[in-house]
Amino acid sequence: MVEMAGVTKQYAKGPVILDGIDLKIAKGDFVSIIGPSGCGKSTVLKLISGLAWPTGGEIRVDGMTPKNARETISYVFQDATLLPWRTVRQNVGLGLELEHVARPTREKTVSSLLQLVGLDHVANSYPRELSGGMKMRVSIARALASQPRLLLMDEPFAALDEMSRDRLNEEVLRLHEEQQWTAVFVTHSVAEAVFLSKRVIVLAPNPGRIHAQFCVPLPIPRTLSLREEPAYDEIVTQVSRSLRAALAA
Amino acid sequence: MANALGVFVALLALWQVALWVLRVPAYMLPSPAAVARAVFERFPLLWNALLITAEESAGGLAASIIVGVTIALIFAQFRWVRRTLYPYTLIVQTVPIIAIAPLILMWVGAGTVSVGVIAFIISLAPIIFNTTQGLISVDENLVHLFLMHNATPAQILFRLRLPHAIPSLFVGIRIASGLAVIGAITGELYAGSSSVGRGGLGYTILYASSQLQTDYLFALVLAAIVLGFAFFGAVAFLEWRFLHNWHESARPQDFEAES
Repeated sequence: MVEMAGVTKQYAKGPVILDGIDLKIAKGDFVSIIGPSGCGKSTVLKLISGLAWPTGGEIRVDGMTPKNARETISYVFQDATLLPWRTVRQNVGLGLELEHVARPTREKTVSSLLQLVGLDHVANSYPRELSGGMKMRVSIARALASQPRLLLMDEPFAALDEMSRDRLNEEVLRLHEEQQWTAVFVTHSVAEAVFLSKRVIVLAPNPGRIHAQFCVPLPIPRTLSLREEPAYDEIVTQVSRSLRAALAA
Repeated sequence: MANALGVFVALLALWQVALWVLRVPAYMLPSPAAVARAVFERFPLLWNALLITAEESAGGLAASIIVGVTIALIFAQFRWVRRTLYPYTLIVQTVPIIAIAPLILMWVGAGTVSVGVIAFIISLAPIIFNTTQGLISVDENLVHLFLMHNATPAQILFRLRLPHAIPSLFVGIRIASGLAVIGAITGELYAGSSSVGRGGLGYTILYASSQLQTDYLFALVLAAIVLGFAFFGAVAFLEWRFLHNWHESARPQDFEAES
């Protein structure tokens, strides 16, 4: 689904953000990218989505350039980025509206998505009335409205409390099971990365490069009880060790 | 609200007492009763003058909103235009009315239209500045979100930037509405009608002060204040209509519920 070959990114004569990234992500895969601050994790997502261009190397999404593949990609930002003057319902339907989808179809899609993420009781509320977790769920519903084949998520749960975060982790996995999109998930949290993904990629900073990759062979579907299993802890420890080594690299 | 009224009554009382104690002549400071009488006796004239000034201010304000928002949209969409023409907006803001009013009078001719033009000029800059700011200060992530859906520049401008700029626009309108009223009254001092009956508040103020009819003058000032309040109320109402559902500033207060 996603192929990055020798990708580098440098802003005009500034520091090298990414250097020689080689990455292949298969369809339906759930991959987390983890690394210390400033290692270019978000930049990887920006490059895959076509919001930024590589200085060197090549990126292919579903065989196309990122910009051409935009219709199949949805991006969930760190901040819920809802339009405050629109209701929840109108926010979820934003992408469909911009793509001129007919109203009846749009309304049906939006309603089913709101039910899917458990927000139909606040469908006509405005963002200022929602909690952080609810806003993030609206953001995810909006991302799913255009039926993406690739979902890019940039530390979406970083600003939430632990309970909301756990709940949303489970929900993301459930949605992934149902809809089978490919996911690239950027996070600071090793626990979250291991819980959600089949593969964890550790980046080292200055310049950003792949330090290590880990397979997470834990069974699917996963529930929160998995976090108490020794196998899970083992992998978390390994990845944490690698992360610390990456910082020192 | 009751407190404000109490203060008002107290000020009236203070005013009356000051007159008795200081024995100020009526032509310098009329009593509250004399002002009230002037309002009552001259009501048709006051009302007429108020309506004329209101029409000029409203016309000027409406024009400055339409033109100002249009210019702001252009500024937001074309950075090079903004960079070149922004300084000229500053010039529009700082040009002294006293200097240009006679020019407008000469070019447009005496009457309500030229006063409307003056009100327009004086109220234009806040609309442009505030609206432009609102249009260009959209969160980058929101723009990226729109780009991810292949939004056209028009969609980004009208479905993202413009709604985002509405609260800023209203700040601009609040400032501009006050300026439009002042601009109209000031403009009338220079360019109002030549026949007394047709003049707005500004012109009539000039007349009343030249005749030393100070009670009439006070009544006119009162009318001007009423006009200012009316504009303020209208803008506040519009702002409520546009923002009360969703904007942080219009949020009903849960905390601090004491009077």
